[in-house]
Amino acid sequence: MSIFAPQNVKDQPLDKTPMTRRKQLWGLLFISPWLIGLAVFTIIPMIVSLIFVFTDYNLNTPEHIQFVGLRNFQKLFADPNVPISLSATFRFALFALPLSIIIPLGLGALLNSHYLWGKRLFRTAFYAPYMVPVVSSAYIWAGVLNSETGWINRLLGELGVPGPNWLFSVDWIYPALAIIGLWGVGNAMLITLSSMQGVPTELYEAARVDGASGWQRFRKITVPMISPVIFYNLVLSVIGLFRYFEVPFILKEGTGDPGNSTLFYNIHLYKTAFTFKDMAYGSTLAWLLFVMAFGVTLLLFWSARYWVYYPAGDDK
Amino acid sequence: MNAYDSSVRRMMITASVTLFALMLVAAFLLPFAYGTITAFKNKEQIVTSARGSILPVSPVKFTYNEQLYDVFEVPMPDGEVRTLALIRAGRNDSTFVDPANPEAGEIFWEGRWRTLQQEMTLDPQFGNFQQVWNGINFPILLRNTGVIALVGTIGTLLSCILVAYGFARFPIPGKSILFMLLIGTIILPRQVTLVPTYAFFSLIGWTGTWLPLIVPHFFANAYNVFLLRQYFMTLPRELDEAAVIDGAGPFRVLLWVIIPQSWPVIVTVSLFHIVFAWNDYFEPLIYLLGRPDLQPISVGIQRFNFIYDQQPHLIQATALLGLAVPVLLFFLAQRFFMRGVVITGVEK
Repeated sequence: MSIFAPQNVKDQPLDKTPMTRRKQLWGLLFISPWLIGLAVFTIIPMIVSLIFVFTDYNLNTPEHIQFVGLRNFQKLFADPNVPISLSATFRFALFALPLSIIIPLGLGALLNSHYLWGKRLFRTAFYAPYMVPVVSSAYIWAGVLNSETGWINRLLGELGVPGPNWLFSVDWIYPALAIIGLWGVGNAMLITLSSMQGVPTELYEAARVDGASGWQRFRKITVPMISPVIFYNLVLSVIGLFRYFEVPFILKEGTGDPGNSTLFYNIHLYKTAFTFKDMAYGSTLAWLLFVMAFGVTLLLFWSARYWVYYPAGDDK
Repeated sequence: MNAYDSSVRRMMITASVTLFALMLVAAFLLPFAYGTITAFKNKEQIVTSARGSILPVSPVKFTYNEQLYDVFEVPMPDGEVRTLALIRAGRNDSTFVDPANPEAGEIFWEGRWRTLQQEMTLDPQFGNFQQVWNGINFPILLRNTGVIALVGTIGTLLSCILVAYGFARFPIPGKSILFMLLIGTIILPRQVTLVPTYAFFSLIGWTGTWLPLIVPHFFANAYNVFLLRQYFMTLPRELDEAAVIDGAGPFRVLLWVIIPQSWPVIVTVSLFHIVFAWNDYFEPLIYLLGRPDLQPISVGIQRFNFIYDQQPHLIQATALLGLAVPVLLFFLAQRFFMRGVVITGVEK
């Protein structure tokens, strides 16, 4: 049902007729740009960065490179910014991850409702902010969330609630960043919506005959039927959280303000590798990121067998 | 329940669901309005609008005896409310003049003028955009972004079409593993490859040029290959085979049979890449550090706003300049975008 689902790609039995051999060669020729790219931009860099981990390589002194054994790991365990940035990333995820699943589901259900008038217009309107460059959306939201002149606090003020200092308070920075992230929900929403449209209507009719309420139909039919897409959104959101960088970097210049709360893991990595040019320790941080992201992704794929429903026939 | 009742009920639900959606959309898109309105203000108007009107307004002024005076709504003793210019402000009484009829002379008024409503007029600062246009050197940023986006699009199209054609139509040894590997690169955090790639580009002297932002796109990427392959798979093989019987080789089949049937998906991939390149921030940031003359719009805006930190109206104006092209492109071609998203996410 999605890019991560079993793909129906079959390996042809390898008969060695000259005809098939020629076709295979053509096939390899056609996919060779990707094969070369995979080697040059993925596999070799991964090997090199694994080698960097055991060196002291710094681009400020490019002629000098020395193997230092496990010293980068010692540094990793002694680096106070590692736990700080991991905890920042984790605490942000507590706000952002549930939203990134629930909001597309809610909007999808709304846009899929029989009762909504003007569906196409709404769909376009909810998707449009996804097209806005992250630089622009970061600045626009920073203005809206400004504690003095922003509209959100003004609205709260009209309601008699004193608005927080969103982007400058340790308590409110994560909700604020999660709100900014909502503008990126368009893709997930659209995918969720179209998979909801693919749920066979007979299922809903049968449930209605059995007296299931609207919420029960959503919970017991819609959610399981579109679970592959929920899974897809979940995996991409988790990966996105490990990569989270742009909005906090644009708004805070990588300072980590307020109180190190925006020193996300990737910002720490960026500063190490690209500000201080420390390729060795930067690679170490990158590999830790990779191992964590890979672990969580494996966990998700393992969990998928218990809650993601792939209709029979998709499997084989 | 008769048919009339149920259709009334249906209409009521439709109205309330639609109203709810309208409110949601309004909240969701409110920041656009904030950005646009703020971009037309000056600093003073931003400060005053924290309390008063949200629009870019300025006080109405009236010239009387070669002096500028503020204009207020003044309730007169006879109950009429007149629009008058305040020429002498006192604690308990003030003197006004009627801007419509200054010859009528000065009007004495008892009361506290500070309680009066001041007359404001819409006063948008169009100059902000000119200032920002020149300040960020918009034409240069447009040129840089355009070149990076367009050359990258050519690279993406060339490579992804070839690779997708290979996956869609040819028996390749180990194809299923290769295809899984291709999809797997989507979940690979690019930081692991970025550090050594950066070191490599730095050593061969490519940092500070556009090459690291363009060349990798000539080697295909998973999303676009997937999108194109899914489309190619739906095309009937009979046409390929007919062309082969007519003596066409694999390249000719691609050029004459596959591509002419695939314009919608090719347009989609191009649009996605243009918007991606337009909006990309991270890689231009690291590769074009210290080369403002080569930076694309995303990095240029951030650099400008870092310098002009305390100018919220200029910041909003740059944000609008930055989003104009991708958002316009989206509204002109939304069908292509939306269909592309759906294919990568949902279809088998």
